[in-house]
Amino acid sequence: MKRLVPLIIAICAGFVLIIANFIPYAQEWGSTAQEWFNILAVGAMVLGGGNLIKLHLMKVSAKNKGWGYSVVTIGCFFATLVIGLSKMGVHPNPIYPDYDWSGYYLEEGSGLWWIYEHMVVPLTSMMFAMLAFYVATAAFRAFRAKNTEATLLLVTAGIVLLGRTYAGVWLFGWLPESMEWLRFDNLTVWIMDIPNTAGTRAITIGIALGVVATSLRILLGVDRSYLGQD
Amino acid sequence: MYQFLKNLDRRWIFLSMLLAVAIPILMRIAFPEVVSKQAKMVFDAVESIPDGSNVLLSFDFDPASEGELLPMAQAFTRHCSAKGHKQYYMALWPLGSPMVDKSLDTIRAEYPDLEYGIDYMKFDYKAGGEAVIRMITTDLRGMFPLDSRGVSLDDIPMTKNIKNIQDMDLIINVSAGDPGTKQWVQFASTPFGITTVSGCTGVQAPQMYPYIPKQLAGVLGAIKAAAEYEAAIDEVYPEIAANPKAQEAKRRMGPQLVAHSLMVGLIIIGNCIYYVGRKRGDV
Amino acid sequence: MKLQHLSYLSMIAICIATSQLFAESPAPPTGLTITDTPNDAGEACDLSWSMSPDDIFNPIRADEAEPNPETIVSAYLIERMTDDANGAEISEEDRTWRKVNEASAGSSTWTDRTVTPGWTYSYRITAVDNQKEHSEWCNGEASVTPSMQAFNWSKGWLAIFMLIFGGFVAYFINEARSGKKLWVRKIAGLVAIDEAVGRATEMGRPVLFVAGIQDINEIQTLAGLTVLSRVARTAAEYGAQIEVPTCRSLVMAAARETVEAAYLSAGRPDSYQPDRIHYLTDEQFAFVAGVTGYMVREEPAACVYMGGFYAESLILAETGNHIGAIQVAGTAMPSQLPFFVASCDYTLIGEEFFAASAYLSNDPLQIGSLKGQDYGKFVSVFILVVGIFFATLTNFSDADAKQGFAAQTLSFITDNMLGDAGLLPVSEGNTDDTGDDS
Repeated sequence: MKRLVPLIIAICAGFVLIIANFIPYAQEWGSTAQEWFNILAVGAMVLGGGNLIKLHLMKVSAKNKGWGYSVVTIGCFFATLVIGLSKMGVHPNPIYPDYDWSGYYLEEGSGLWWIYEHMVVPLTSMMFAMLAFYVATAAFRAFRAKNTEATLLLVTAGIVLLGRTYAGVWLFGWLPESMEWLRFDNLTVWIMDIPNTAGTRAITIGIALGVVATSLRILLGVDRSYLGQD
Repeated sequence: MYQFLKNLDRRWIFLSMLLAVAIPILMRIAFPEVVSKQAKMVFDAVESIPDGSNVLLSFDFDPASEGELLPMAQAFTRHCSAKGHKQYYMALWPLGSPMVDKSLDTIRAEYPDLEYGIDYMKFDYKAGGEAVIRMITTDLRGMFPLDSRGVSLDDIPMTKNIKNIQDMDLIINVSAGDPGTKQWVQFASTPFGITTVSGCTGVQAPQMYPYIPKQLAGVLGAIKAAAEYEAAIDEVYPEIAANPKAQEAKRRMGPQLVAHSLMVGLIIIGNCIYYVGRKRGDV
Repeated sequence: MKLQHLSYLSMIAICIATSQLFAESPAPPTGLTITDTPNDAGEACDLSWSMSPDDIFNPIRADEAEPNPETIVSAYLIERMTDDANGAEISEEDRTWRKVNEASAGSSTWTDRTVTPGWTYSYRITAVDNQKEHSEWCNGEASVTPSMQAFNWSKGWLAIFMLIFGGFVAYFINEARSGKKLWVRKIAGLVAIDEAVGRATEMGRPVLFVAGIQDINEIQTLAGLTVLSRVARTAAEYGAQIEVPTCRSLVMAAARETVEAAYLSAGRPDSYQPDRIHYLTDEQFAFVAGVTGYMVREEPAACVYMGGFYAESLILAETGNHIGAIQVAGTAMPSQLPFFVASCDYTLIGEEFFAASAYLSNDPLQIGSLKGQDYGKFVSVFILVVGIFFATLTNFSDADAKQGFAAQTLSFITDNMLGDAGLLPVSEGNTDDTGDDS
């Protein structure tokens, strides 16, 4: 029963979404199903948040290795929650001046805005920027001309890397007009437009068919492993 | 030397990348841009619709990709403002809303004649990703009864007659992932034939090219394309060309050149090590 | 004196009236046609008209001399009147002509999406110039009653393909059920998972499993959980520890069910530790920081990444590489595949990842679905080849042959079969099937 009910819900919701795609009368059903999912996902946030706090509290009380980080996590969690929910530092919306809480939650100068601007923005930007370093080490280690295919990939990567900068124009600027297509910037456009697009299309078609087959397995109840069933 | 390079501590590579990016930024190295076909297509899509057309701008990215995407988002804002298009801003990412605010700040500072509610407006962030797109393609008010300031859409002149986004002449999506361009193509551009252009990160761009030209009227992939788009705008709008703030993407092309050259150098060194190692029987 | 004032006033009034009378107004738009928008729930009507000759965007006047600046069209004003409300009461406002849209100059189509299904409407349109002068009204040829269609025929071919594809899958599932042996090629990445878990057990280190950063409603997450089921079962059998940090609460709940069931089926329910499957954060890069922090501290011997990944893929895989873990990845994100291929030992590319559940389960029913998927691929390739053939043929034909068989077949494939133009091509003469009115 514990597995059967979710399976029935999954199958029904799946077929409703398919029907909504083809029958104008049912087109609202799809939106309704999506709304239900959103409501459930928001509810599940409590589950996730609760789990996070529980684990970190356990870590602190047991004084496990690195428990100090858990204290920081718990502190930040509650500080953000309180500042965000209380709309600390937010002024009432001029249209509704009598309602203290009517202001925009990320209003400039407010507590949550400060957290966003001075903590979230630099931290997430920093993590994303780290990619530049990881790409460099990965390229240094993994791009080896081991065989013909790898060599081809290597040469293509070199052309695209340089073609995406002014070097593409500058290195081959001396080429006569009839041979301009050999300039790295023009070759880059060709590589991205033709071989790259063809390859991406092939992978995308394969993925799309894989998605359909997997969806059908789930809709027909053949694959139930996601529900914890073999 | 061979042994040093073979066992090279990755922190040396990190350091060289840091220098490759930092030095051109500090020295303000910039290069001229040649407008590519892709950038021209995007420029034409915004330029060719009549002045005052309805344009929906969805900024679906967050501070993480701000460095790569904000310059093109700002370029879209300036281009639309210069054309006098009616701009409807929204964000499908919770942290995308402040990105939109930066564009609104640009309009207020550089186009003081444009008025909120008449020339531009903003919808607040709504959770749901693709579900939001699906809904607003048929019912905008169902999802957004109010704008981001809490004013009813019926009281805002530019939204009074908008029932859903099929009333838009163009959708501009600047996206760093999902929900983003793929969803706009799947649920808005393709089923309802709304002209759509996209600006996306470099890694995403190859996935977007197959959608050109039917499902997407053009794609700007990463900062290079943004710089070309800026160059295309500069050619037609001298007042934007004279604005140093409107050259942000072009400014980033200096560090890009040095960093890419370093990458090519690293790949060559890596292969030299591999070649020598193979000769010595190490590999 | 009063009389003199009156005469002045009357003269001014006459002057204003005369100027109004002789002010030039733009030429009206013509041929307003209204049709019920096809394939919808009866909530829209399509309007199309021929632009006013005073509209500078009118392609007909492209070769003409300078337009008269006084009569240049700035907009088209569209008005609507409700003729019949299908038994309901019509409001006072709807009973008379009322403005429903002001389309910009240069437009010749508009879709009214503020209509009620079953009601009957009449429309009229006028051109307005910069002096706010109206042209004469152009009335719609007939009134229209928008109605709901039973089936969205613009997606007819999608339905057909779905049925064909579903039919293949169902047929081969049935074949497998009847006992027919189906062969599946070996997927190296999946074989490597057992090896990786075994190595982790030997080294006494945990196995890290990341099911992507998408929510449970994404098919990639479900496919990832299917692989998790197998990894957890192997880990349970070998006695290895498995760590599953998740980026979404619902994924955590589902992953717990999956891992618990795997431990149960391996006969080791006591070894199951629910706290090892935990939620970190929804925020992408905070999640990555949490996971990479764990990797550096605990140094798992095997890292398995199966699901939807974005920019974090490289950070995870490079950190895993740095700590010397065996890494197996699988994703259907084409943009992230190169990063995984560069940094991991094995990568399941796109459809291989989706085939994993069938492959791992060894269940003939699931393997049957894989065979159906292959036949779907044959159909796709066949359409591609036919399309390429006719596209090439059309390209090499002369201009007169553009309307020939090859061009028509190509347009049928692109517009009808792969587009949204309906099951069959539109009849000759009506070429405005591009749906560019929005």
